[in-house]
Amino acid sequence: MTNMLDQVFVLLKHRIVGLVPMPVQPILGAVLSVVAILAVFPGLFAISVLLERKGLGRMQNRIGPNRVGPLGVLQPVADGIKALIKEDLVPYSADHVVHFLAPVVLVVVVFMGYAVLPMGRNMTFVPMDAGLLFYFAMGASAELSIFMAGWSSRNKYSLLGAMRAVAQMISYEVPLLLSSVVIVMMTGSLSLDKIVEVQNQYTWGLPHWFVFTPMGFAAFVMFAIAATAETNRSPFDLPEGESELVAGYFTEYSGFKFAEFFLGEYVAMLSISGLGATLFLGGWSAPLEILNVVPSWFWFFAKIMVWICFYIWMRGTFPRLRQDQLMNFAWKFVLPMTLLNLLVAGLWRFMGEGWLRWVVCSAILLAAYVLGGRIGMRSKKFGPRSYRYAE
Amino acid sequence: MVIFAILAPLTVAGGLAAVMLRNTVHCALAVAVAFAGLALLFLQLNAQFAGFAQILVYVGAVAILVVFAILLTRSSETPATGVFSKTWLTGLVIAAAVFAVLAWAVLGSRTALPHEQIEPQIAVAQIGYALMGRYVLPLEIVAVLLTASMIGAVIVAMYEKGGAK
Repeated sequence: MTNMLDQVFVLLKHRIVGLVPMPVQPILGAVLSVVAILAVFPGLFAISVLLERKGLGRMQNRIGPNRVGPLGVLQPVADGIKALIKEDLVPYSADHVVHFLAPVVLVVVVFMGYAVLPMGRNMTFVPMDAGLLFYFAMGASAELSIFMAGWSSRNKYSLLGAMRAVAQMISYEVPLLLSSVVIVMMTGSLSLDKIVEVQNQYTWGLPHWFVFTPMGFAAFVMFAIAATAETNRSPFDLPEGESELVAGYFTEYSGFKFAEFFLGEYVAMLSISGLGATLFLGGWSAPLEILNVVPSWFWFFAKIMVWICFYIWMRGTFPRLRQDQLMNFAWKFVLPMTLLNLLVAGLWRFMGEGWLRWVVCSAILLAAYVLGGRIGMRSKKFGPRSYRYAE
Repeated sequence: MVIFAILAPLTVAGGLAAVMLRNTVHCALAVAVAFAGLALLFLQLNAQFAGFAQILVYVGAVAILVVFAILLTRSSETPATGVFSKTWLTGLVIAAAVFAVLAWAVLGSRTALPHEQIEPQIAVAQIGYALMGRYVLPLEIVAVLLTASMIGAVIVAMYEKGGAK
């Protein structure tokens, strides 16, 4: 019964595909998977937008949207209809072709990333040998679309926002990749299915997730930071800093094209959360052995939503960084730490089984973190906080 | 074959647009299209690693750097005169010569290699083993070269402390 529930979507797909003649079957199978991805993730996008508006409202001592439907749950539907029926404005001097293509390219590449994510047992659309590489290749292509949007608008704010976004995404892509390389070193494979498979083992009922190893934990933290910057989320939301740049690279977009950027941003957030969950939090594997009765896809989506809630919490908590702080943090702190982490992962591999490697690896990472932080802070010459007017 | 028929014109069109268009930023975007088409051609030939690396490095990094360089050095205004340089004839001759040499080498390689019936399956793991085993020395040399060039670039760009402000 549990197995049946676990594989319910896979079996459903097989049933539907079985209805048509043989030569059409692979095409129908692919179309079904694509339709499922295109239906589920925008649905999750609506849920997370509502969650964000409600949650942020609560954190800021407001109620949040509460007019459309019971408790405001139909707000995303209303927003969608509004975006669809609004006029599509294009600035007179804009580069029309590029202006039109930018949101399309963004949405396409963002959705492509889902092709390799294992969303449950046997639920990967394209089980690719180099899945992780494919995912990062798609993520890198999103940068170009953001540049296209900012440049084609012929607006200073848009261009500044795009330049900031691209600089930030390039800088944080390096730690993002390098922190994932640790997982590749521990698994010996670039295939995301294999990575989940390795983590889906239990000792004393506890899972073998990579986040529970010293370098896995360090990589997890750095991955989370880099993923936040990569999706332009607060506290790294300089590219669309409202107080300085109106709305950054999508200032000149209205109506459905604006909605496409909004969708692209949230869907990218969901997908990078999915990748993070796959790499560090065991993907679709249950957090305790006895919880394996719950279907695997439930765990994948639950982990994504937990990650999204964490994002919302961070957005409600941290102030925005300054551009130089952002760059210094990426290149002078996160990058050296990821490189050290690679070294520690190698050390872990060659120290063999036993408790000693746990102590040594944890000690190295902890010492580097504390020393790096201390030295970095000292060079900034921060004194005790002083107030000019508030005393 | 159908896929090739779609991809090859796309790639060639991207490449041609890159040299023919007037707006420099459009040229850079056209180059990105050509890179992407090339990556898809690699994928069609079952070379996953080469294809993804092409997208990751060229579309993700090189195209962005080109665009950055255009925007930071010179305004992206379209030139009033034509885009053809005065020495286009020489360029054409050189390009034709390079093409001829490459074509000659490619056509010659068919007889040099043993004719294989089964196409080799190259997994990413095998590329990794080859890079870490047999070709580790060239890999390290390339790494040292890249590091040296990066340090050089930093030194060129670095603000000179003692010099004129």
